[in-house]
Amino acid sequence: MTATIESPRSGRVSSNYRRSGASKGNFEMLAWLFMRLSGVVLVVLIFGHLFVNLMLGDGIHAIDFGFVAGKWADPFWQVWDLAMLWLAMLHGTNGVRTIINDYAEKNSTRMALKVVLYAATTVIIVLGTMVIFTFNPCPMVDGIPLPGGFCPA
Amino acid sequence: MTAELAEPASKIELPAGVGGGGEIPTFDVHLRVRRYNPEVSEEATWDDFHVTMYGTDRVLDALHKVKWEIDGSVSFRRSCAHGVCGSDAMRINGRTRLACKTLLKDLDTTKPITVEPIKGLPVEKDLIVDMEPFFQSFREVMPFLVNRGHEPTKERLQSSEERERFDDTTKCILCAACTSSCPVFWTDGQYFGPAAIVNAHRFIFDSRDDAGDMRLEILNDKEGVWRCRTTFNCSEACPRGIQVTKAIAEVKQAILSRKV
Repeated sequence: MTATIESPRSGRVSSNYRRSGASKGNFEMLAWLFMRLSGVVLVVLIFGHLFVNLMLGDGIHAIDFGFVAGKWADPFWQVWDLAMLWLAMLHGTNGVRTIINDYAEKNSTRMALKVVLYAATTVIIVLGTMVIFTFNPCPMVDGIPLPGGFCPA
Repeated sequence: MTAELAEPASKIELPAGVGGGGEIPTFDVHLRVRRYNPEVSEEATWDDFHVTMYGTDRVLDALHKVKWEIDGSVSFRRSCAHGVCGSDAMRINGRTRLACKTLLKDLDTTKPITVEPIKGLPVEKDLIVDMEPFFQSFREVMPFLVNRGHEPTKERLQSSEERERFDDTTKCILCAACTSSCPVFWTDGQYFGPAAIVNAHRFIFDSRDDAGDMRLEILNDKEGVWRCRTTFNCSEACPRGIQVTKAIAEVKQAILSRKV
């Protein structure tokens, strides 16, 4: 009589360590690259923004509604602020996405957190972009300027 | 049977304490070992052992003393006991290191020395973990020479510069100290882990190997090199002094320069 002894655990990997198939595409690589490149650009954009707003001219004392209205009347600052908004939002979102991937242990938790994250990002990017492009320093209702506006005299 | 003759006394006078003249100091060590036995309880517990050890002893010697003289049921892996086989990686005072390369005198012996199994892999008993997920990742990066050229009649030649390129990553002994000290691996065990990437690096940058592209493709996975957060836990844990984080960064660079 012969007994068959099972080979000791050769190649048996417990199911929660098994990777679910190879992922296609370069998304993770591009996300990694984007973090580095946007980071470098953001350093320039943010410190430029801070310098112009807080140091130049009257510095921080000059900041009021009119100052912002004046900046957004200039296409240069519109593009500057738009780039800053998009890059900062996407950079931050990707960072939080990474943190969710690292700290959430279940795929369902990951999914739920990421839905909230992406929704928040979309709302802020869309709202911000709309404000930069449709900003009206002198809102009028029936030919009368609304209070708080900044209308050319 | 003949009695062994005593060695003749040395003619050179050595001052005490030089050349083995002095006695090795001894001290008492309080060892706190993480115990787990699924046949008894699902809960892991701490067991305390007090042993008198020599100044030249390592944590592994203390574990041996416990196992051989106090409690034979204490389980741990070790083979060569000299830092080459990579069997006895464990968490000593919270740091992942080899028990056979950690001298007791280098630890704070006034406090209990905690010994736990490495983190992130399923514990089987006491300090023994199931290494299979770790080895599965290792196998997946194809850690063997793939050469599509004609079989050379003699050896495959390589310049010393070409050999130097991957010298650091040839030192890996697969002890799992790096992978089990990686916080990304702790989360869900899906990450390939530093050890697999180090062993891929060893062949990716080998001038004799032709499968570098395949390995880079494997590590371009969402659980591959891009999950590395450069926390340097692996470089710090490596008992062979491999610059693991640097090797991972080089693999990232290689994937990038191939794709972009």
